Amino acid sequence: MLELDAITAGYEPRTPVFRGASLSVAPGEAVGLLGPSGCGKSTLARVAALLHRPDAGRVVVDGEEVRGWRHRAPRHLRTAIGVVFQQPRMSADPRLRLRDLIAEPLRATGRRDEATDRVAELARTVGLTDDLLGRRPHEVSDGQLQRACLARALVLRPRWLVCDEMTAMLDASTTAALVAAVETYRDDHGAGLLAVGHDRVLLERWCDRTAQWADCVEQQPGA
Amino acid sequence: MTPVLSVRDLSVRFRMRGGRHIAAVSAVSFDLAAGECLALVGESGCGKSVLASALLGLLPGNAQTAGTAVLDGIDLLAADERTLTRTVRGRRIGLVPQSPAAHLTPVRTVRAQLEETVRELTATPRADIRKAAVAAAERASFPRALLDHYPHQLSGGQAQRAATALALIGDAPLLLADEPTTGLDRDLVDRTADELRRHADDGRALLMITHDLAAAERIADRVAVMYAGRIVELTGAARFFGAPGPRHPYARGLLAALPERDFTPIPGLPPELGALPPGCAFAPRCDRVSGACGSVPRLVDGVACHHVGGGGGAGAGGVDAVGDGRVDSPSRARSRARSGAGAGAQTTEEGARA
Repeated sequence: MLELDAITAGYEPRTPVFRGASLSVAPGEAVGLLGPSGCGKSTLARVAALLHRPDAGRVVVDGEEVRGWRHRAPRHLRTAIGVVFQQPRMSADPRLRLRDLIAEPLRATGRRDEATDRVAELARTVGLTDDLLGRRPHEVSDGQLQRACLARALVLRPRWLVCDEMTAMLDASTTAALVAAVETYRDDHGAGLLAVGHDRVLLERWCDRTAQWADCVEQQPGA
Repeated sequence: MTPVLSVRDLSVRFRMRGGRHIAAVSAVSFDLAAGECLALVGESGCGKSVLASALLGLLPGNAQTAGTAVLDGIDLLAADERTLTRTVRGRRIGLVPQSPAAHLTPVRTVRAQLEETVRELTATPRADIRKAAVAAAERASFPRALLDHYPHQLSGGQAQRAATALALIGDAPLLLADEPTTGLDRDLVDRTADELRRHADDGRALLMITHDLAAAERIADRVAVMYAGRIVELTGAARFFGAPGPRHPYARGLLAALPERDFTPIPGLPPELGALPPGCAFAPRCDRVSGACGSVPRLVDGVACHHVGGGGGAGAGGVDAVGDGRVDSPSRARSRARSGAGAGAQTTEEGARA
């Protein structure tokens, strides 16, 4: 289980973005979280991805309560969760070729010898050509870069995937292709998915169930 | 009716290092009338935004253009910088930008920016500028209470309205909206689209560039589908989104990819604009590919495909029909002569402008 229990989080201690948000995802389950822009759903996604320390509440990953966040998160938890963000340009190091961008998590965890095989395999999954793998982010389109960002999220074979508005910048065909790639991975590895977004039609088609933001939080200051 | 904007055989190529060329826009032709909304849709990287930049004269120095784009008697592609600055941008073309938060000046309030634009673009007497700025905000439904806010204090939707208010001040006959709904949530997309539609209903021509098919369906009168720099289908929005549906295989695939339809992607990736295959650029991804696809199909009767309708034979330059029986403008003959033979895509040297 990926459990978010009564999470309060924000960027200023006295004025949290939301209070008491709870949501859980069962192994292999795909949950869509729907909410309007600015409600705090991306912040919750960051908490779930261990990238943002909540002010209160518990995150439990496969039975283990999370104590450290960001670089203080223990490696075995950090690598259990893959993340894809909304804006590929802001989440890709402009200096890295796509090949290296995808392999970076392997390098960071001391598994660089797997890189060649794993990158080739994932390039097929997400639909990137060899030519594209040799380019840097400014030489590819948003859709192509997001394909690489998805491959990067999958490279460590995470048990959980957090997709925060993964397809909001993309056209219909690329959206369908990326969702299909996520689903292929989940079929093969049984990974659970938390997909955050505002597109009801998309998330209802994609996920096993969807949750409304308003039903997940206790109270929303300023809302 | 005379179109507000008449584009004929517009091509844009970028000269790259090593003598390579990137054909970002090839032989694009369309007309746009007052009160009409044309949605230009396609995948990212298909040349949509380059087309917008070409109309505004904002292409980088290594771009070469051919063809014509006539607005109000001015050929936008041939106009010099002074003409563009003083008579086109803001005055004949209002730009609704992609990311309004980045388009607004961060260190000045919305009111200050509106007033500056009123001062620059209109002959409003000094005493009335304040009032005119408030009226401009009202036209775009920007809340009066937020006029003294800075851009970072606005939400995405409010910033969008502020940017739209700025675009409307010059009372331009053509509104150019470049991905106006990217990153907005669905309610806001609908509101933004409806507001743009309202401005078209006020008698402006609206060219909306977008990859958001839902937004296009909501407000467009006609849809132009762009693939690898070419318009592959140009048709009425009702036909396109309803029955009988798109005719070009790419357009059909794009629509079928929507989550409310088949949700299946078009196989493969769009081609590189720097290395387009000879012939139909969609052929490598198309399930109907045949020998005929080795030549570039012309846009005939609103669709450029060898397998659909009278889908054109290759070889002739120019465009024989713009898809909906509009009358050709005299500029077409000139542009055809200029773009020469072949696939109509070649930007010949004499037609090219750096």
